Amino acid sequence: MILKDVMRTFAPPPLRRIAEDGPRALLPPPALLRRLPPPLLPIQPLLHRIVTDIARCHPRLFTRLGDSALRRFLVDVEELPFVLLLQPNPAEPRFTAHHRHRVPAHDVRIAGTFEALFRLLDSEADSDALFFSREIVVEGDTEAIVALRNAIDDLEGPLTEDIAAAFGPLAGILRRLLAALRTIFGEKGS
Amino acid sequence: MSGNAAHAGGFRPELVCPAGTPAGLRTAVEAGADAVYCGYIGPTNARNFPGLNFTREEMAEAIDYAHARGAKVLVTVNSFPPAGRFEEWRRAVDDAVAAGADALILCDIGVLEYAAEAHPGQRLHLSVQAGASSPEAIRWYVHEFGVKRVVLPRILTVAEIRRVQEAVPCEIEAFVFGNIGMMAEGRCALSNYATGRSTNMDGVCSPADQVSYRKDAQGNLNSRLGDFTIDRYGPDENAGYPTICKGRYNTPVGRCKYVFEEPRSLNLVPLLPDLVAAGVTALKIEGRQRSRAYVKAVVSAFRRALDDLAAGGTPDIAALSALAEGRRTTTGAFGSKAWR
Repeated sequence: MILKDVMRTFAPPPLRRIAEDGPRALLPPPALLRRLPPPLLPIQPLLHRIVTDIARCHPRLFTRLGDSALRRFLVDVEELPFVLLLQPNPAEPRFTAHHRHRVPAHDVRIAGTFEALFRLLDSEADSDALFFSREIVVEGDTEAIVALRNAIDDLEGPLTEDIAAAFGPLAGILRRLLAALRTIFGEKGS
Repeated sequence: MSGNAAHAGGFRPELVCPAGTPAGLRTAVEAGADAVYCGYIGPTNARNFPGLNFTREEMAEAIDYAHARGAKVLVTVNSFPPAGRFEEWRRAVDDAVAAGADALILCDIGVLEYAAEAHPGQRLHLSVQAGASSPEAIRWYVHEFGVKRVVLPRILTVAEIRRVQEAVPCEIEAFVFGNIGMMAEGRCALSNYATGRSTNMDGVCSPADQVSYRKDAQGNLNSRLGDFTIDRYGPDENAGYPTICKGRYNTPVGRCKYVFEEPRSLNLVPLLPDLVAAGVTALKIEGRQRSRAYVKAVVSAFRRALDDLAAGGTPDIAALSALAEGRRTTTGAFGSKAWR
């Protein structure tokens, strides 16, 4: 706390902003962030690693999904400059990032803030309650999204921990990154 | 498991909690459920939603898990078999008994008769889907099939529940939280009218493949079931389930009016002492279709509420409104017949 006060008083403006706003100060403003060209190339292999690892660890997920495993789920995180497309086909699961101005064909779209979707992924929040309060929006094949919700909800433990664990020795870094993003976007939303 | 408080006067009502998945069941048990109710995948139970419910193997494992922690498992076989498909319901009964279910929750008289004859030692509960609300009806089920407990429809006041309890030779289970409609349970045909499928025969009201949502350019959320628009929520309005009974319509009595019921959930915390005094044996939380987060929050809150009551305190679970449909709650018909 003392360090924060010292920085607020004596540090140069950029450091002062970090002291006042926390990690959020490191990011450009949300409106600009959404317009920035997203670095899709390095993201794709990370997403591929995540989806293949989850598929390997949780085969029961596909049983619960049934025919909905063949649907294409567009995940639209409000704060991100790109959208995500999940195709949980057990034969070849795919998870890819796409430019916002080239939204890929999809069967269902789920949209919400980073914090809302993060809490949903980890079963910290009830999806119906988020829907009632309009914090998430669902459009398209409702049967598919209900099946996906129920399949994820049957996974024991936080799914984001599985995502982090997929990166082996880098898991710690990813955990910290996810926590930082949650702090940044959570503060923005609060 | 934390659910072991004795209620004032020495009687402790059983807290019966929902589970749509094995993980949901474990969550309910850990949160303090005395009993968990759940069903098999398919139309034999009244929450036949995509991705929900238990395989035969999962049910057997779940029952072992619950028993090891002192909790009961009540298996729902609570829909009505259509002509020519009785075998599926018979198999569900047999498998639940073989898995060690503490009770079966049934509604169809054919299924009840089969269970009573094939498994004479098995405890049977009468599902809310049977719609038995009079002492005469309940006594008939007790006499014919040996039913040990009736789950009352959500259409009785607490005073009426007391009178029923005094006139029937079985236990009473009453809903205390969750979804509520104004329909006569087990007899509602609204979903069937709109989609060709219903809770009663297919285990699902407003089947998800017939539901669609669309957000328009003004931020309104349009909710449709089959060919019918159920509601349009303004940008700042809370939303509800896409069920016909919770929609707004243009009718001779007005435009955009809730003609049946508004989106809100039952919450009987204010009436818990009265329900217990009325002789209710078990308090039931609705929501097998809800998430683990809902189960954890609601079951824990009711566990605390019952413990507070036992200690002579006043339960406070106002936070549960956030989990309610439309983020609003009601005591429904339990509080007054003036409801709807």
